Amino acid sequence: MLNQSARYFIPDPSIWPITGSTALLCMASGAASWFNGWAPGKFVLLTGVAIFIYMLVGWFHTVAHESEGGQYNKQVDVSFRWGMSWFIFSEVMFFGAFFGALFYMRVLSVPWLGDLEHKLLWPDFNPAWPAAGPALKDPFTPMAAWGIPALNTFLLLSSGVTVTWAHWGLLKNNRQQLIWGLVFTIALGLTFLGCQIYEYGHAYSDLNLKLTTGAYGASFFMLTGFHGFHVTIGCVMLTSILGRCLAGHFRPDHHFGFEGVAWYWHFVDVVWLLLFIFVYWL
Amino acid sequence: MDAAHAHNGHGHEAHGHHYTGIMRWITTTNHKDIGTLYLVFSLTMFFVGGLLAMGIRLELLQPGLQFWQPEFFNELTTMHGLIMVFGAIMPAFVGFANWQVPMMIGAPDMAFARMNNWSFWLLPPAATLLVVSFFVPGGATAAGWTLYTPLSTQMGPGMDLAIFALHIMGAASIMGSINIITTILNMRAPGMTLMKMPLFVWTWLITAYLLIAIMPVLAGAVTMILTDRHFGTNFFNAAGGGDPVLFQHVFWFFGHPEVYVMILPGFGIVSQVVPTFSRKPLFGYSSMVYATASIAILSFIVWAHHMFTVGMPAAAQLFFMYTTMLIAVPTGVKVFNWIATMWKGSLTFETPMLFACGFIFVFSMGGFTGLVLAIVPVDIQLQDTYYVVAHFHYVLVAGSLFSLFAGVYYWMPKWTGHMYDETLGKWHFWLSMIFFNVTFFPMHFAGLAGMPRRIPDYALQFADFNMISSLGAFGFGLSQLIFVYVVVQCIRSGAKAADKTWEGAEGLEWTLPSPPPYHTWETPPVVK
Repeated sequence: MLNQSARYFIPDPSIWPITGSTALLCMASGAASWFNGWAPGKFVLLTGVAIFIYMLVGWFHTVAHESEGGQYNKQVDVSFRWGMSWFIFSEVMFFGAFFGALFYMRVLSVPWLGDLEHKLLWPDFNPAWPAAGPALKDPFTPMAAWGIPALNTFLLLSSGVTVTWAHWGLLKNNRQQLIWGLVFTIALGLTFLGCQIYEYGHAYSDLNLKLTTGAYGASFFMLTGFHGFHVTIGCVMLTSILGRCLAGHFRPDHHFGFEGVAWYWHFVDVVWLLLFIFVYWL
Repeated sequence: MDAAHAHNGHGHEAHGHHYTGIMRWITTTNHKDIGTLYLVFSLTMFFVGGLLAMGIRLELLQPGLQFWQPEFFNELTTMHGLIMVFGAIMPAFVGFANWQVPMMIGAPDMAFARMNNWSFWLLPPAATLLVVSFFVPGGATAAGWTLYTPLSTQMGPGMDLAIFALHIMGAASIMGSINIITTILNMRAPGMTLMKMPLFVWTWLITAYLLIAIMPVLAGAVTMILTDRHFGTNFFNAAGGGDPVLFQHVFWFFGHPEVYVMILPGFGIVSQVVPTFSRKPLFGYSSMVYATASIAILSFIVWAHHMFTVGMPAAAQLFFMYTTMLIAVPTGVKVFNWIATMWKGSLTFETPMLFACGFIFVFSMGGFTGLVLAIVPVDIQLQDTYYVVAHFHYVLVAGSLFSLFAGVYYWMPKWTGHMYDETLGKWHFWLSMIFFNVTFFPMHFAGLAGMPRRIPDYALQFADFNMISSLGAFGFGLSQLIFVYVVVQCIRSGAKAADKTWEGAEGLEWTLPSPPPYHTWETPPVVK
């Protein structure tokens, strides 16, 4: 409905989508065969990952090129905003499934397994959260909230501030502030990931807390693991944006590439806050 | 809007390099090309899924084990469901969205034309994984299309292939939906306000929202199956504090909105077709919009009606029973409005209208059996019987599929520039309608008498009903070959179609030539 004078941009035919589909076919078939004991499957999987990365680089390179070439008008910009918003909504629903599983186990299934009907089967089971379930006897220590997780909360919240500071720099056309803001954000993100890796090592070696540690272990590692995966993707995206900033891309009035990544980063931040409250703290 | 199309055709802008032959279809960013790809793909998968259904009915033709081992029979039912839902019905509706939404709202193409290509081209790899899974050790997944745990946590590699296929198809659906929503929200022609949009566009706007909300939940659910299978998590294992029923909750939180994903665009198509052949505007346009939105919102709070028998508090059963029955209200509004549109209209019954009327009649029957199944004490008797199979085939075959046929006959002259053979179209309708009811109506009785679904053998008292169902199913399957013939003949040698094919048709797409030029609405029309 905006800017009817300028023609809407429609991209040329592209080989990137079929490249991505080929990659996903390799990844899916490779993973499925590898998980079922066919060792070469992992090479098929890795080939798929490599093709996928090649596709991402090529596709986003094309997009950046088109954007800097001035082919995206105001209406395209609004499309990107809608698109990114709905994508983030889909991510919210993805995490929602795992949070739903966590709440179901904490509030319903674990207490049920400790109720009177199940006493005959598992007389010793104490259904207090965190629980590994009635049949897993391996003792474990739950992850404490106020050590590394609290530090991680501080790191991610700070990175939210630095990315906003970088955005202010971009709006004021202060490229130094933009670049340093991004550098700080990436550094904070990487530090977060380092802490997370250390925490996992600590969980496995000192706390005997594993992915296989019943309801608690599964929800802990799957939720924090998917979150960490998203932080990793966020760091990669921020790094590519940093590279584009160093190459002189983006203008104060035309920089949705930056903003989209910033939105994503804030989304990852909010998910972490929920994780900190419901997985680590309460 | 009248003069706008006169000079916007011919694809004269020669930017970039364009591919030819097969590469044209692989690399295309044109919404019409991609719409065609979706439709051809879904028709292909419709016959693959149909072949599996023929296999099911062949085994059930007589009691006793005739042709298949029970395990393979379960593979047939499972893959029939997965392929029809994710390979045939959903992609067909997306194909309609691709062709029609830009033409109906006056947009030059989809908002993200390159991503649009990827949304389609993810489907053939996913379908390949599903079909190949029949040939891996242990065969395809046999857990039912609902993939209930603990069955699905125990099966062979075929299950993993199905999981990854669902991941890929889910990604495709999410991207396709983001595209459709963004196109509708951001690319309408000047003057095309939301409440002026054709109802087909409205239903797709709401459907796309549903898809973005639920496909990630399905991805999460099958990911949990995957980690339970291979990485030792205990989401669905009571020994570790999890619960197999957890999967049912997560799955049906996806699954119930999913069934509306498969019917809402069908409502949209019928809401285009009925006014055209009644030569009257749609009765109660705004109530149609609100009814569609209500169905979508209600769909998130009814999911446990699929699982009344797994055990839940009486309060929860009552809640899900009442919310389920509430859905009958907006659905009733829709059926009322379609009939009110026809009331005192100047009706003619070309093939699209026949399918639309058939849809209203038979879909309503499926809706009523849905109400019966919503009643908890009744459902506890009927859970997993053929009554349920009859119910959801009434809404999915006579609902979704008939609305798709109505839409194909309605818009095919626009797409191809040729008329289809009206006589053969009518044969296709009547044979489909009759054989559909011959197949599925007796299933109500078999189900009420207690015949369980997903079992290759049955007690002797069900023999007659099953014989009738099987013969009807073979007839229905063969009747669909007429459809293929009609489509091919229409494309190759149909008579020239007028720009405004139907006398009573309204809307922007009918102001374009038939067939429309490769690029349409490069200059947006002005809607008054």
